[in-house]
Amino acid sequence: MIKLENICSGYGQEIKVENVTVSFQANQITTIIGPNGCGKTTLLKTACRLLRPFSGTVTLDGQNFTDIPPKEFARQVSVLPQGRNVPNITIENLVTHGRFPYLGFARKIKKEDKEIVLNALEMVGMADKRNNNVMELSGGERQKVYIAMLIAQNTKILFLDEPTTYLDLNHQFEVLEMMKKLRGQGKTIIMVLHDIGQALTYSQRICLMDHGKILMDDEANKVGESGLIDQVFQVHSQVMEIAGKKVYYFMPSASISK
Amino acid sequence: MNTLRKFCTRNFSQNKIVLFAVLAVMLVLACALSICYGSVSFSFSEIGDVLFGRDKTSSVYKIVTFVRLPRTFAAVFAGAALAVSGVILQVVLNNPLAGPSTIGINSGAGLLVMMVTTLFPAMVQWTPFAAFLGALLASLFIYGIAACTGASRVTIVLAGVAVSSFLSAGIDTLVTLFPDVAVGANSFMVGGFSNVTMDGVRLALLCIVAAFGLALLFGHDMNVLLLGDETARSLGMRVGVYRFALIVISSILAGSAVSFAGLLGFVGLIIPHGARFLVGEDNRCLIPTSALCGGIFTVSCDLLARVLFAPYEIPVGIIMSFLGGPYFIYLLLQRKRSKIYD
Repeated sequence: MIKLENICSGYGQEIKVENVTVSFQANQITTIIGPNGCGKTTLLKTACRLLRPFSGTVTLDGQNFTDIPPKEFARQVSVLPQGRNVPNITIENLVTHGRFPYLGFARKIKKEDKEIVLNALEMVGMADKRNNNVMELSGGERQKVYIAMLIAQNTKILFLDEPTTYLDLNHQFEVLEMMKKLRGQGKTIIMVLHDIGQALTYSQRICLMDHGKILMDDEANKVGESGLIDQVFQVHSQVMEIAGKKVYYFMPSASISK
Repeated sequence: MNTLRKFCTRNFSQNKIVLFAVLAVMLVLACALSICYGSVSFSFSEIGDVLFGRDKTSSVYKIVTFVRLPRTFAAVFAGAALAVSGVILQVVLNNPLAGPSTIGINSGAGLLVMMVTTLFPAMVQWTPFAAFLGALLASLFIYGIAACTGASRVTIVLAGVAVSSFLSAGIDTLVTLFPDVAVGANSFMVGGFSNVTMDGVRLALLCIVAAFGLALLFGHDMNVLLLGDETARSLGMRVGVYRFALIVISSILAGSAVSFAGLLGFVGLIIPHGARFLVGEDNRCLIPTSALCGGIFTVSCDLLARVLFAPYEIPVGIIMSFLGGPYFIYLLLQRKRSKIYD
């Protein structure tokens, strides 16, 4: 499992995450939440090796990140970054890039790779569009295709930075349901979400951050009940039960005090 | 044109083979015409006699072996090298405006070539190395700017313009200070093949062939780089190492071409876009297609430069810009709907 110890991290000179120690539990959906600029993305990038921390150690199954060769690492951990290029290639080609960590020196794509790619496309429901160009897709479809690339990469740990941002509500839920499905297959998922309600309903664990520190890292229910979210975001939360499921609703705290 | 494009971008490798065959035939044809026509024209049978060794004495033989053949070879290889160099730079800098001429690589190579010819005329056989060194230094400098500042596409091109003009000022200074040595300076700066000899280009051609082979090997990895730095790294690619290696390859290509062809501007920018228009962004196809198109375009321009006002010759760079400019604008208009050029 991925474990961060005494991590200080950031960009250039600027420290965005300060002295954080956290470990992500296997086969759980962990969501990092917190106000804008609190260091969520920095923490995520440090935990998936896209960012080298200023100090502290990050380990994967007890092995220090710096000791794992990049390709070996990419066979265990995949990442959906926030900002991505939209390449002018077919969907199938894009998803096939997910097999890159498994290719040999000749970069030859084997039959087995092709099958994995097709399965990944079927899983996100884009198999019949596989010859279309990625640039022609809507935002929601693009996101699904990128998730298919992660599925094709076939890692036990998946990191996703704001996978639902800019998507319509139905696509947001589609993406979240996919995460649920992947967890059902034994995967570990760590993501950043902006919608706190969705984070609380879909995750097993919540990592609440503010000002570069982790305020609370616990089961989703406990974080939801702690009242810390209200404090950090300056909102008033309301828990409702709809069809036997807990649903969270948030209002600005100013509107309540009136 | 649109049906041609659809035909080519489809995923069938068969179509690509047909396209390669068509381009190869066009290249052979262009070369044949380039050998036949010029200030003096020969028939195909005369040329055949020379090529198959039946004629080893006539003036036809001399012109063909010592002028036309080297010139044609030089044009093909320079065009191909600059085009492939442009493809690589566009991928490495993730910038459709990148090209050996736009970001100062050509001027870097040009400055060092000029330095060798004016300051160390005894070492003139080392010109290709000097050109390569100049190209490499200029491209690493631009890449350094891009890496340090995380610079946007526009910043990189602006930095390239600044570097280019700085280096061109260096070339101009040398030309001013050493007017007698720098006799060919003017034609060097416009670019052309009129002074090419087989001995002069042999080393550069070898470098181009080797670098082209390497570029072909990197096709798949360039596709992964196109996904963006973070995605490429998350797929386990050592992005820094690959970018550096690719910059070296593109510098070898551009530097070698500049060492004998001078500062040919436009090929490295427009041919990659033209080729992309035909085969899409898959670099495994794009690199050979660009090489073929670059060769065809340059040989054809060189031919036009010789025959349009024969027996007078105009520098090939002028023809290139006259043909290339409008074509490039046509390409831009074609792409108005897609967001590549944001």
